[in-house]
Amino acid sequence: MDEPLLTIEDLAVRFPTEDGLVKAVDGVFLDVRPGEVVGVVGESGSGKSVTAMSVLGLIKRPGRITRGRIAFRGRNLLELSPRALRAVRGSEIAMVFQDPMTALNPVVPVGRQIAEAVRLHRRGLGRGAVRDRVLALLASVGVPNPEARYRQFPHEYSGGMRQRAMIAMAMANEPALLIADEPTTALDVTIQAQVLDLLRSARERSGAAAILITHDLGVIAELADRVAVMYAGRVVETGDVHAVFDAPRHPYTRGLMASRPRLESSPGELVAIPGSPPSLLAPPSGCPFHPRCPIAGDREPCRTSRPEPASVGAGHTTACHFHEELA
Amino acid sequence: MLTYVARRLGVNVAVLLLISIGVFLLVRAAPGDPVRMMVNPEQLAAGGPDFIARKRAELGLDDPVVVRYFIWLRDALTGDLGYSFVSRRPVVAVLGERIGPTVLLMGTALLLGLLVAVPAGTLAAVRRNSAADYVSAVVGLAVISVPSFFLGIAAIYVFSLTLGWFPSSGMTTPGDGGGADVLAHLVLPAAILALSIAGPFMRYVRGGLIAELGADYIRTAEAKGAGPPRVLLRHALRNALIPLITIIMIYVPQLLAGAVALEQVFAWPGMGQLAISSIGQLDYPVVIGFALFIAVLVLLCNLAADVLYALADPRISLR
Repeated sequence: MDEPLLTIEDLAVRFPTEDGLVKAVDGVFLDVRPGEVVGVVGESGSGKSVTAMSVLGLIKRPGRITRGRIAFRGRNLLELSPRALRAVRGSEIAMVFQDPMTALNPVVPVGRQIAEAVRLHRRGLGRGAVRDRVLALLASVGVPNPEARYRQFPHEYSGGMRQRAMIAMAMANEPALLIADEPTTALDVTIQAQVLDLLRSARERSGAAAILITHDLGVIAELADRVAVMYAGRVVETGDVHAVFDAPRHPYTRGLMASRPRLESSPGELVAIPGSPPSLLAPPSGCPFHPRCPIAGDREPCRTSRPEPASVGAGHTTACHFHEELA
Repeated sequence: MLTYVARRLGVNVAVLLLISIGVFLLVRAAPGDPVRMMVNPEQLAAGGPDFIARKRAELGLDDPVVVRYFIWLRDALTGDLGYSFVSRRPVVAVLGERIGPTVLLMGTALLLGLLVAVPAGTLAAVRRNSAADYVSAVVGLAVISVPSFFLGIAAIYVFSLTLGWFPSSGMTTPGDGGGADVLAHLVLPAAILALSIAGPFMRYVRGGLIAELGADYIRTAEAKGAGPPRVLLRHALRNALIPLITIIMIYVPQLLAGAVALEQVFAWPGMGQLAISSIGQLDYPVVIGFALFIAVLVLLCNLAADVLYALADPRISLR
């Protein structure tokens, strides 16, 4: 098996707030191998985005990474100097954000914003060469008439076109790792499939590995090789997409799968996981899922001890005290 | 864009007409008799009531107000705002020679104010809740709270009378009047006027920049690998300064009001000084001329704000 390209070990991120310390991420482990697509799913507030931001060192004060290691190509990104980290950002690791409406600078032409990404990492490149590169990038993500689109401002682009431009920007320096944080959530449903296709083909062309953050299990099934399910700041189940989806070994994953609306289910019959995501200010004791868990009941270990990940198959782990009951 | 400007100018002309009627009526309603002010007291005493009546008729003061307004308007449109009751020179000429010094004072103050406010506001935003932020907030609030004429008097005491660094009044030294001389006279009033606007401008820059620094596109720029100076100057500040255009234009009348007060303190030969003395002497034509000047200035500044905003922000298009 390949050496991992990216290894996240025991990552913890905290945000002090007026009400107390929010443990947004609390002990995340995640591996990404070269060329592999890892899907990260979970409810809002499960720590998906914060984990992604941590990789690029984009956690804003007063948020702070308090623990862990993020190894990328043998270097711990958390220990890099700001300058060295900037050399990685946008070059070896690039990111596509959720909302293309606000992710572009409104007063700078789109072409120049992509050109900035090129120029920042290829200092020697001349004006004309940068421009040609940007035009080629725009064409490669299916933006029609790149010459004219180069000069246009973000508000002259539609939502889907903006996300295409964002993908062009991310692919500008052929990154080894692409992080896409809910890249289609803010788009019209009709556009989502196009953008996902584009993301897939852009990734396949460049051979980049990818972390795909989403709460859409369908997207994961389509695009990802492996999946990591997050809950309350931790990865609760991870493994090959087929293994996890065919035989989920964590009650939360089961709940997620069950709550997907299906065509065959009768109208009005939406299945939901009871309760709501836990407060990260005061997480429940023991397993953070136990208050909502269908199998925990009133059992002692669920209430008192936090389950550690256990292997339940090749590369398939789950953090549940009673995962055998789900086999 | 051009049609927009033309339409706005049309609207402005209508507004100006309304203002002219208002100003004309208000000034006519003011107490005091211009004849008594114009004619020298001995003649007045010798001539008696008949003389006053004759003078009133001569000056057209007996005509109905409506007639007087239209006569005044017709003349005004040809650039004739009448004659000053006091100096007997054309109002346009009297005002004209005062515009230069006032514009020089206001322009210098605006420039100085921005040179202080933009860097200070930027620093306060980047280092928010630091000592620098608190100090600039306190100083900013202090200069807003203390009236500028008081600061003017204090500055004259310290820098002119005690230290002797700068002249205390006027625009030139008799017999000199070179650029350096004017500059030396300009320093104190311009600096104090600049302070009065630098306070609020700095707060606007700070607030705007903090909002922009939290925007998603800033995160995008950082994710590209852009360094802090580039993120701050090329991305955040560029966006934060756009609303400042409007703020500056809104502050121009306030700047003029500040200049009026400071021109008194520093005997700066500008429009403010002229306006105050004309009001005291019931010199109606000059007062009306001054009021119209302010009206035109405010209207043009509003128009300029819209046009400049559209030029600076590609999302705005004027139709």
